[in-house]
Amino acid sequence: MFTKVSTQESSIAIFNKAETLHKLAHFLPAQSPLKDFIHHNTLHAFQDLPFHEALRKASAWFGYKVYLSLSEYRNLYHSGQIHDPILDKCILEITRTDAPEVWKKKLLYGEYDISLSSCIGLFRNLWKEQYKFNLDKAVFPFLFRVVGSYLDQGISIWQFPETTPGFLASLRNLEKNSLWGMLKGERAKKLLLDEETTLEKLLEIVVGKPEYFEPYLFDQQFSHPGWSGMVSVIEHNTKSLLDKRDISLHDFIFFELILEIDALDSKFNATWAPLSQVIEKQIQPIWGEVPEKELDVIYKIWQQAYEWSYFDQVLKGLPRKSKSDTEENQMPSFQAFFCIDDRECSLRRYVEQLDSDARTYGTPGFFNVEFYFQPEHGKFHTKVCPAPLNPKYLIKETDSQKAFEKDAHFTKHTHGFLGAWIISQTFGFWSAVRLFINIFKPSKSPAMVSSSAHMDKLGKLSIEYNPNCESEEGLQVGFKTDEMADRVEGLLKSIGLLKDFAPLIYVVGHGASSINNTHYAGYDCGACSGRPGSVNARVFSYMANHREVRKILAERGIVIPENTFFIGALHDTTRDEIDYFPEKDLTVEHAVLFQKHRAIFEKALHSNAKERSRRFILTDSHAEAAKVHEKVKLRSVSLFEPRPELNHATNALCIVGRRELTRHLFLDRRSFLNSYDYRTDTDGNALLSILRAAAPVCGGINLEYYFSRVDNQKLGAGTKLPHNVMGLIGVANGMDGDLRPGLPLQMLEVHDPVRLMMIVEQKPEVVLDVIQRNAATYEWFKNEWVLLSVIDPVSQQVYIFKQGKMMPYECVTSEIPTVQHVELLMESTAQNIPVLQLI
Amino acid sequence: MDIVWIIQLFILIPLFGFLVSLFIKPGSEKWLSRTAYITTGLNLLLFIGFFVLWVISGFETLNLKEFVVYRSESYEFLIDFYFDKVTAVYLFVGSFLTFLIIAYSRYYLHREVGYKRFFNTVLFFYLGYNITIFSGNFETLFIGWEVLGLSSFLLIAFYRNRYLPVSNAVKVFSIYRIGDVGILLAMWASHHLWHENITFLRLNNYDLVHEHISSHSEIGMFISFMLLIAAAAKSAQLPFSSWLPRAMEGPTPSSAIFYGSLSVHFGVFLLLRTFPFWEHQPVVRILIGLLGFTTAVVAFFIARVQSTVKSQIAYSSIVQIGIIFMEVAAGFENLALIHFAGNAFLRTYQLLVSPSVVSYLIRDQFYNYKENSQKGGAYFPSRLSNSIYLLSLKEWNLDRLMNKIAFTPLKKAGHKLDFLNMKNVFLFFIPVYLVGIYFHFHQEYIPSYILNYIPEVFSFIAMIMVLKAFSERKLPRLAWLLVIMAHFWITLAVSFNEHFDFSHSLIYLSGIIPAGILGYVSLKMLKNHEPDHFSLNGYYGHVYEYPRLSFVFLLAVLGLMGFPVSFSFLGEDLIFSHIHENQFFLAFFNAISFIVGGIALIRIYARLFLGPHVKNNHENPYRSA
Repeated sequence: MFTKVSTQESSIAIFNKAETLHKLAHFLPAQSPLKDFIHHNTLHAFQDLPFHEALRKASAWFGYKVYLSLSEYRNLYHSGQIHDPILDKCILEITRTDAPEVWKKKLLYGEYDISLSSCIGLFRNLWKEQYKFNLDKAVFPFLFRVVGSYLDQGISIWQFPETTPGFLASLRNLEKNSLWGMLKGERAKKLLLDEETTLEKLLEIVVGKPEYFEPYLFDQQFSHPGWSGMVSVIEHNTKSLLDKRDISLHDFIFFELILEIDALDSKFNATWAPLSQVIEKQIQPIWGEVPEKELDVIYKIWQQAYEWSYFDQVLKGLPRKSKSDTEENQMPSFQAFFCIDDRECSLRRYVEQLDSDARTYGTPGFFNVEFYFQPEHGKFHTKVCPAPLNPKYLIKETDSQKAFEKDAHFTKHTHGFLGAWIISQTFGFWSAVRLFINIFKPSKSPAMVSSSAHMDKLGKLSIEYNPNCESEEGLQVGFKTDEMADRVEGLLKSIGLLKDFAPLIYVVGHGASSINNTHYAGYDCGACSGRPGSVNARVFSYMANHREVRKILAERGIVIPENTFFIGALHDTTRDEIDYFPEKDLTVEHAVLFQKHRAIFEKALHSNAKERSRRFILTDSHAEAAKVHEKVKLRSVSLFEPRPELNHATNALCIVGRRELTRHLFLDRRSFLNSYDYRTDTDGNALLSILRAAAPVCGGINLEYYFSRVDNQKLGAGTKLPHNVMGLIGVANGMDGDLRPGLPLQMLEVHDPVRLMMIVEQKPEVVLDVIQRNAATYEWFKNEWVLLSVIDPVSQQVYIFKQGKMMPYECVTSEIPTVQHVELLMESTAQNIPVLQLI
Repeated sequence: MDIVWIIQLFILIPLFGFLVSLFIKPGSEKWLSRTAYITTGLNLLLFIGFFVLWVISGFETLNLKEFVVYRSESYEFLIDFYFDKVTAVYLFVGSFLTFLIIAYSRYYLHREVGYKRFFNTVLFFYLGYNITIFSGNFETLFIGWEVLGLSSFLLIAFYRNRYLPVSNAVKVFSIYRIGDVGILLAMWASHHLWHENITFLRLNNYDLVHEHISSHSEIGMFISFMLLIAAAAKSAQLPFSSWLPRAMEGPTPSSAIFYGSLSVHFGVFLLLRTFPFWEHQPVVRILIGLLGFTTAVVAFFIARVQSTVKSQIAYSSIVQIGIIFMEVAAGFENLALIHFAGNAFLRTYQLLVSPSVVSYLIRDQFYNYKENSQKGGAYFPSRLSNSIYLLSLKEWNLDRLMNKIAFTPLKKAGHKLDFLNMKNVFLFFIPVYLVGIYFHFHQEYIPSYILNYIPEVFSFIAMIMVLKAFSERKLPRLAWLLVIMAHFWITLAVSFNEHFDFSHSLIYLSGIIPAGILGYVSLKMLKNHEPDHFSLNGYYGHVYEYPRLSFVFLLAVLGLMGFPVSFSFLGEDLIFSHIHENQFFLAFFNAISFIVGGIALIRIYARLFLGPHVKNNHENPYRSA
């Protein structure tokens, strides 16, 4: 019988509940509910280990696939995307062998057992092996349904009764206060209702020996990591739900154990022994050492060769042989700030191509102004700055004219009895018409997510601090003048724009538009917590145009001429449209210039759309740019288009330096570009703040793409076509499935899983010093989750960061080919294009 | 002008399109989608043209006696087509929605693994759809019905390397099969009621129907009741409702069209089609109305507590279908047809835009949030309201109920036979069978009071074999052989009925034997390649490595289950026609064998070839995913 009285104390000694729960939360997926999609390193729990070692362990412990498959690497080699000399170099570097040809043979032809085996789940699988009982089938559907209904943000018409007291308390109330409970057996019922019941007690019943508690909980929670991870995220960040819920991983596990006991009781009539008593052979512990096998070395070589086949070209192409700073001295015609986002890389290229006197800059798209935004009639505050920041400011919108159209297809009345009876016989026929139109002539509809809906461009923003205005929830409404000056100064210094201000400066945030896209938040600006950057662009422009702010700036040595005017704007990366938000009427002189620049942007957007279209197989890229652009726009409103845009797919680089460093290269939209001028930052402080933000943001994006691509099943969300929306917080397959965190297949089919290479234009010793100033930032580089290289601006020598040192790097690539007509290139291929020099 | 001949085009075009699509390379998205697009587009155009002609001809009900497949003195199997208002509405909704969904999926499915499979299956489904709605008699209808069942299985299990789609597909297929018992027994009983192969056209003849039913009111009731079971299963009415939300495992457009609109309204179709038959049986009408009403009420509550968008739409649709059942029962045919069309369009569109619900409702919540706005149970005292909430969250235990009344007893019965293995099955049953054959030719040795029971006993043996095949946990080949042997026992059982023509057995076995051999060889090959992963205990996902073998085996499964790909299908009907009116148990055992046999075969296929691949040399999803 199960009621073996073991001492509570001993179980505490071996099993530390708090520690185990903490550990669990650490390893579970950390993806927020859908409304805030923030990219992060999927294997963040392993980040304290060097990259390849971490991957090896993650794979052995949890059964993840962490590299491309051998055959994929070999195909890449044969198709020339992994270069032979680089492969040779990597063999030597990694194996330090005397017989590289032996290794090469293994790499190309060796046969290995590539099956993934994992330790997780083996222990709990004894229910199936020893008891012949499918416990999961008996427990999961109801468990998921209960927790899904509890967390639901607005799908169900009849909400979970009384959500306020917290998950367990709510369940207890429900169990007590109903004619029939949710549990079948008396014992489970008693255990649930008794508030003295501890997790340890339940584990004792189910598992038995305390030393098996932790392994059991890992097995249990990792059999449905989606829901467990979601619960843990909501527990640690209550703001992740608008309609708050009080839930914790502890309560969730508690309830799951109760359900397990109930299922086992009803199956075996309470005559079952705890699981640890039926162990026959030694169960391999999860956290065992994972020795490096030959196959691990093979993967490492392939992966490195794959990465360096591209990086080597980049590092060859970046340094400039002849210094031509002459063009820099010319007065720019206009300046434009863009987000560092890789999607802006090509648009900037086209703008500069069309107006060689234009200067573009890249900086994180919240433009150094951190605040919460509250649109008019909005009931909540939205954070519009990088997720780790906790802003103290609130900007409110007033005088908004915006009204949202309703779509009756989402109304609750269609799910009723009589109302639905009338609706389905009348409105139902309108659905048929709508469907027809939507398929053959897609157009904007209330169901879509539009980047322009974030803010009403005609509305007013409370940017200026008003002493009479009370703070709300501890947030100051608006900024004081000196606070504005600090932010403007910070941004200008960071990108190195301290003189030569053009008459018009555009501050271009970005956002995306799509329909039928559950992951829409992941398409917006990551630096604005997955929102469009329009408000930030407007707020920054307002501050930079502010008379008092400019006075303070002048005192600090940054003189912005009277004639310079900042205009906020928003680039829709899906539709390739720019919307402008001039804060006041333009002077005649500015208006003329504005018209001219607008035309340039317009043309650049056409070309940009055409460049993007080469990846969309079903769109014909051969037509004229403006025509292709129209086709591309349709994607954002087409119900049937699972790929409105390709987001960050193919990202591989983050270049921190002046635009002069990259302007002559065709980088195929693969690079984050962060403007930085080493000349104005001798102490490296500006660099430090750039890297502190860029390493986690760009590295997070890059690694999420990497892992979702190499194991789209366990680390990604799988294909999105069957996805079902669960409680507005996540997606699952079908009705009874676990949540699927990670990225769906459609977002990353064209992605090359390579790590991010951060390239900084600065003296190597400065960079080496800067990265070590912040331990969290240093971890990314030290453990090679993000690769780092430096270009010495004086000698143009390339260094790479390795084992704590900066080592000079000699490129293998001998020459970078040139390209004259980028447009023609766009029509030629849908594949990745190597680094090219622009003429 | 005679327009009846056009009807066959509605069958031939999808058939042709389906066959063409089978031979297109899997990678050729362009040609696959084009074939489907042209096929469904042509059908839609044809419908419009045909409809105009039909209106001109004055809405005349049409009947096309296509051809007689088999005829003997007492039996006739004929393909018959029929066209009236009901067909017209179903044809309009079906061809319109299928065409749109094909246009939609051309882009939506782009680059999806299984692009070809998807379009093949949709066209196959469409073929079954048209056969069913045009069917002029039960036999033709049953052909379409079977095609619908199989294509549903394939669409639900579209993501065949995951656990849930496959197990749900098997579940839905099983429930469909239960519905099929209804049709089979209804067909058997109507042979005896009419003594001919009755066409739906003749059901419109009030005097004829009245005359037959008034003299055999029990048979009339029985037939109606069986039809109701079939209709309830297909249209997810009580107690079958829980399959519908679980069927939504495929790509969203396929769920939208099949489970949101077309497939799920087939129960309604069956009722409308047979309306003249049960129109004058008040008990039946009340029963149908009550069933619809109860379903609507129960599904209403379940729909309200759903926190996933697709299951919410599924239950909302069930509510409306329940109401349609009431409308049909009340005789409001036109209203029911309008309601069907509106509901089908509405749910299809709702499912297609279901991913948009996230942004739409979150925006709504952001701007219009009120605390506790979703209080659904406020009308009741809290204890009652909590109880209804919980009950609805558990889907009124419908899923458990289905298992309890249908599948668990079958499994339990099967497990009682766990002592059977390859050896004793052969050693015992083959000699006994041979004895049986001997006595068949020498019936004079058997006392007549025993002779009367022999068919029942033999068909009982057949049923036992099928039950064992259904519950077998380990040996796939044993299960396979048991199903084959069951067919032989059934043949033998029926052959003891006096008028039996031996050639009928041959017709029946002509499909069974080759399919049996083909399947056995496939299993043998699989076992040779994968001796460690060859069992019925869990899913093995061998289709990942052996897609061809898997396809061949699927064909064998179809052959053996009497799917309308071979003459066995005809034979099945023939066999049933030899069961006497008073041999209810014989009919019942045979029907069970037929149904459970089909489930057992699909189960063998699913367990061996579908589900998460047993080998981990590539990425595999979580079982719970």
